[in-house]
Amino acid sequence: MRVLGISGSLRRDSHNTALLRHAGELFEAEGVEFTIYDGLREIPIYDEDLDLESPHEAVARIRSVVREADAVFFATPEYNSSIPGGLKNALDWLSRPSLEESALRNKPVAVVGASTGAFGAVWAQAELRKVLGATGARVVEGEVAVGHATHRFDENGHLNDEGLEDQVREVVRALLAETQPHEPARLAA
Amino acid sequence: MSTIETQAVPAGTWAVDKVHSNVGFSVAYMAGAFTGTFGDFDVVVTDGRLKGSAKVASVQVKDPNLEAHLQSPEFFDAERNPELIFESNSIDRDGDVVKVDGEITIRGHTEPVEITGLISEQIADPYGGDRFGLKLEAVIARDRFGMSWNNPLPSGEPALSNEVAITADLQLSKQD
Repeated sequence: MRVLGISGSLRRDSHNTALLRHAGELFEAEGVEFTIYDGLREIPIYDEDLDLESPHEAVARIRSVVREADAVFFATPEYNSSIPGGLKNALDWLSRPSLEESALRNKPVAVVGASTGAFGAVWAQAELRKVLGATGARVVEGEVAVGHATHRFDENGHLNDEGLEDQVREVVRALLAETQPHEPARLAA
Repeated sequence: MSTIETQAVPAGTWAVDKVHSNVGFSVAYMAGAFTGTFGDFDVVVTDGRLKGSAKVASVQVKDPNLEAHLQSPEFFDAERNPELIFESNSIDRDGDVVKVDGEITIRGHTEPVEITGLISEQIADPYGGDRFGLKLEAVIARDRFGMSWNNPLPSGEPALSNEVAITADLQLSKQD
């Protein structure tokens, strides 16, 4: 099983990327391969004129890594009460050319977030869940709001708060449960 | 002297004539209603017991993106729950009015439902067969089945109603 991590923050010392790395260790402890996607800054601004059969290399790459992943784990900061533009832009590309062909269609996804303020990017997380739902993804329940993020990681980049770590573990497990085969309802004989 | 049992619906096995029947839904949306149909469905009435199903993948609305949205996990979740299922427990009849008690399964969740509808008299069709009609409507609360998507109006009110009418206009043809 392969899980892809996507951070909404590009900053080298991003708290959200640190949060992803921490989640990655929890995935690996469950025997799951975890990779952090690093190509967000290469993706051009969405433009329907560029939305062609052979898309930009960075667009083709994110579509391919999302399709190949069994699940995607997002960590987002909050910019102006919402999702960072770069992350939203990537989701717009992923949702194209149609909802039926969206790389995110039926993909199990989870959302967590960190911010330097008190609220831990809860609005951005809610918006991200909304957008992911609209792209056809299978959004799992669960939220982790890492507020005051500057003080929540030790020198090795690990969460230093057990309560938060338990919450991340819960979301990790919920995402893995969502990737399990599901028996559809059948008409009784 | 024999006892005559009152049958709510004609005895025997009756299968839906798919060409001359429709199964769909209607839900209040903004200032009107949003409606759709299921192209692929099946209904059988056997000795007064009705079983029906509709394929979620066959949902038809006026926009392909909306069809895909309806099949997504925000609504019917077609990948995991490919069918809507209804089974009756009892059908009562008073003149041309029928009351059907049964259970409906959507997204793998089953709820009891009471349907009131109309039944037409059995007739002979031009092809040597017998048929009768049923016009049924069940109102369900979609949030009971995990479909709570909405979009607020500027007033703050939800744009899409929680109550959904599932309708079936059926012609049932006697099977040998």
